[in-house]
Amino acid sequence: MAKDEVSASAVGAPMKRREDVRFLTGKGSYTDDMNRPGQSYVVFLRSSVAHGVIRTLDVEAAKASEGVLAVYTHRDIEADGLGGVPCGWEITQSDGSKMVEPAHPILASGKVRHVGDPVVAVIAETKAQARDAAEKITLEIDALPAVVDMRSAETAGAAVHDEAPNNVCYDWDFGDKEKTEAGFAQAAHVTTLEFTNNRLIANAMEPRACIGEHDAAGDRYTLITTSQNPHVIRLLMGAFVLNIPEHRLRVLAPDVGGGFGSKIYHYAEEALVTWASKKVGRPVKWTADRSESFISDAHGRDHVTKAELAMDAEGKFLALRADTMANMGSYLSTFAPCVPTWLHATLLAGQYTTPAIHCRVRAMFTNTVPVDAYRGAGRPEATYLLERIINKAAAELGLDQAEIRRRNFIRPDQFPYETPVALTYDTGDYLATLARVMTMADYAGFEARRQEAAGRGKLRGLGLSCYIEACGIAPSSLVGALGARAGLYEAATVRVNPTGSVSVFTGSHSHGQGHETTFAQVVADQLGIPADSIEIVHGDTDRIAFGMGTYGSRSLAVGGSAIVGAIEKIVAKAKRIAAHLMEASVDDIVFEDGQFKVAGTDKAKAFAEVSLAAYVPHQYPIEELEPGLEETSFYDPKNFTYPAGSYLCEVEVDPDTGVIDIVGMWAADDFGKVINPMIVEGQVHGGLAQGLGQAFIEQCVYDANGQLPSGSYMDYAMPRADDLPSFAVETDLVGTPCTHNPLGVKGCGEAGAIGSPPALVNAVVDALKPYGVQHMDMPLTPQKVWTAIDAATPKMAAE
Amino acid sequence: MYDFQYVKPANLYDAVAAMGSEDAQALSGGQTLTPTMKQRLAQPGTLVDLTGVPELKGIEVGPDSVTIKAATRHVEVERSAELRAAIPALVELASRIGDPQVRNRGTIGGSVANNDPSACYPAAVMALDGVVVTNNREISASDFFQGVYATALEENEIVTAVRFRRPDSASYQKFVQPASRFALTGVFLAKFGPEARVAVTGASENGVFRHAGLEQALSASFTAAAADPVAVSADGMIQDLHGTPAYRAHLIKVMTKRAVQACGG
Repeated sequence: MAKDEVSASAVGAPMKRREDVRFLTGKGSYTDDMNRPGQSYVVFLRSSVAHGVIRTLDVEAAKASEGVLAVYTHRDIEADGLGGVPCGWEITQSDGSKMVEPAHPILASGKVRHVGDPVVAVIAETKAQARDAAEKITLEIDALPAVVDMRSAETAGAAVHDEAPNNVCYDWDFGDKEKTEAGFAQAAHVTTLEFTNNRLIANAMEPRACIGEHDAAGDRYTLITTSQNPHVIRLLMGAFVLNIPEHRLRVLAPDVGGGFGSKIYHYAEEALVTWASKKVGRPVKWTADRSESFISDAHGRDHVTKAELAMDAEGKFLALRADTMANMGSYLSTFAPCVPTWLHATLLAGQYTTPAIHCRVRAMFTNTVPVDAYRGAGRPEATYLLERIINKAAAELGLDQAEIRRRNFIRPDQFPYETPVALTYDTGDYLATLARVMTMADYAGFEARRQEAAGRGKLRGLGLSCYIEACGIAPSSLVGALGARAGLYEAATVRVNPTGSVSVFTGSHSHGQGHETTFAQVVADQLGIPADSIEIVHGDTDRIAFGMGTYGSRSLAVGGSAIVGAIEKIVAKAKRIAAHLMEASVDDIVFEDGQFKVAGTDKAKAFAEVSLAAYVPHQYPIEELEPGLEETSFYDPKNFTYPAGSYLCEVEVDPDTGVIDIVGMWAADDFGKVINPMIVEGQVHGGLAQGLGQAFIEQCVYDANGQLPSGSYMDYAMPRADDLPSFAVETDLVGTPCTHNPLGVKGCGEAGAIGSPPALVNAVVDALKPYGVQHMDMPLTPQKVWTAIDAATPKMAAE
Repeated sequence: MYDFQYVKPANLYDAVAAMGSEDAQALSGGQTLTPTMKQRLAQPGTLVDLTGVPELKGIEVGPDSVTIKAATRHVEVERSAELRAAIPALVELASRIGDPQVRNRGTIGGSVANNDPSACYPAAVMALDGVVVTNNREISASDFFQGVYATALEENEIVTAVRFRRPDSASYQKFVQPASRFALTGVFLAKFGPEARVAVTGASENGVFRHAGLEQALSASFTAAAADPVAVSADGMIQDLHGTPAYRAHLIKVMTKRAVQACGG
């Protein structure tokens, strides 16, 4: 191989994303781009009422409507004995009982529980005909009081589910309560913060879509769907909903245009199209309209928390207490129960040595769209809690926001570090990332910038946030003990083709992450062959051995490690073939730069010569070795990985209007080893935009009746390029590689979304210091900021 | 979208005739109508596409006034050098409507005929002493805009042009609603000799309006400080997710002062 080929695709090289050629030229192949012969279309009639009993449901006129093939209601689902949409995680409550797990019917049965709850499926020759027919359905609902605000859900006087009369799904706690109370007893200062972590809507660029198809000849189903984890969908839908064994069900997740968590889950629409495709004998396609996405994709976050931090006189953390209410929405989505518990409370040590932590979480049912993991999932909520209360504590104690953190950081010589909330951090250097970001942002020069801005009538603020996350999810035995109904390993098959090209079949799924490039770099590096000879195959349960999919920044740490495992097996076998070809002992064979060499001689066989011998085994150790060169590996992680970093955000607030101008956003991340710095930076950029979006512009609002006024882009603001500054992102400055996976990688997909919201809020609160503002809940819209300023102004004038 | 008939007349006479068909609806840029139809919230019998009518296109700049024909797209206003020389504030306004896709389709006639309470053009028409010209009459701005989505247009009446008086100076200050980027509150200020005209969009439950108190104060003294003592009432202002009546009332004053400063006052 030529040297330049090595360098372009080498580990650590900013190789351009190979998949972008098709994406940027409109050649991507997304679910809605696909059309099957004889395809029909389904349209769902959804509830326009948040909570109510179905009094009348008459679909006869719809059945008679032009082009209609079938109209299904819950009765048809029940008649076929199908299961409901399953939940993948069970939480055990503080009193030892199991969480309340109500049924989640595919189509509403007797009762509707949120605006958007599907009631009827209409299948027709065209989408327009299906929609015409849906308008002919008589659906009358006797409205019940809607449970909307989870803070009053316990006493709302209405139950979303009869099984949970107070709308409590679970009441759970974690950590050492007594030790925590002891910490508070000896505190010199206690800081308290009550806040909301605002509900978000994922808004992937590609709306959800799916096509179900049944092959009567082989009695085999195919589901093409917008999923982050097709094998998980096959498992959940096949085993728990439709009773289809794996060998009769193929799930494809082709190009997928963004997920952010919302495409992890198994949704009712997928089950419906798959089931209906056999009933009507035609492929059935569904594509969400954007307004339908708003009321049917799982939402994110939505916590209400009271946090208390106990400190000694020097600002050293003694104990942390948190009491959180988490909104589950109307039904339990696939991983919803674990987000506010095991992905949240376990992160409350952050980067700090807080010796005692206790967290209580009550999960509530409300008449809103189900809530589940959204970019970061629990970890952003934990980070926001910590990083906001620390800044409030610093302000109360008169400490600099960096100094209070330095006093509490876990020091580099303390690793591996066991937190009081069950995690063992393998490695990290928080002082280094903090020092780096302060240099990047010219922290020392801030006061001069504040004064200069004041001269222009602007309020300038600087906000720090130091996040940690637990990625590379996760050791299967551990998550099993915590209630997961699945293992969280990953699988990979590496097939070396006869002429030396390589096909990699990964259970990870790329929906924007750039796996086709990063994974190819890993393989190219390990096998010493050009990236051009490597294809990365994902998203097809028929082609890929198994997979748990992509979420929780796990693909490279877990999926990549599985690839490495398969490559190790490939190299071991290839060495035996090479030894035979060169009549040497296998112990003398070394593999380097794509060559099998006999140590101490000039004998060598190229990679492709060995692979050819494996498939044309004329001169081959056939007695002791099978032909072929293909290996599969399952990798189960030994621990989580712990990426961490320090972020600074600088803002200017216009006191006349409340508008926030984000003038600087700096990120210093430690992701361990970085395979492709350009892709990693891109992931951080996207994460920052998403996190800042949550912090200042994304406003999801339910009214008292459970309607969603922010149900379109006319009212739900997504951050746009001109809302944001140029980001400064450094990802490889420190690098404390992960100690327990073969690549030393930690994961980078969620960091930006985790670290940036508290940085921005801290900056705005800092800017509003002259007005005595101590806290504001996200999103910090102009109106909210101006109202805070306006409320404080008469007081200031009087002083 | 429901089925509809589509006609694209080649002249104004045919367009007016087509508007006589049952449930006819004029279509210009379609930036409001098309999304409404896609959501099945509108069901016109016939769409009369006005963009093929030559009489409805073009910009004429005269010594005292400018006339923008109804089917002139926002992008054409945005890029007109002649118009930029005559009333730069109008060009600025057009350049900040929606996004490039919207500006490449949307037209001034469609905007004024729709009279969205958060649209930008109605404020300009009011402040610039505008006249809405139709196929059979001329209507002054104050008579034309009659509240939220309501205008003086009668059945089968088509807006053919909007004529603006050329001011000594003018400025449009738009405070955007963060999601839609329509005007949460927009103020169009125009100065004709000593007379200041202040038109407000996006703020009132009754749609675009002129603020008498601010006009009076600025006509007396064209300075930002002159606006300070003027009471801007929150009564009748819009309450929504993005702004309270008090916030909007406050923004009217802030945007007005910024407009005065932009005009050199």
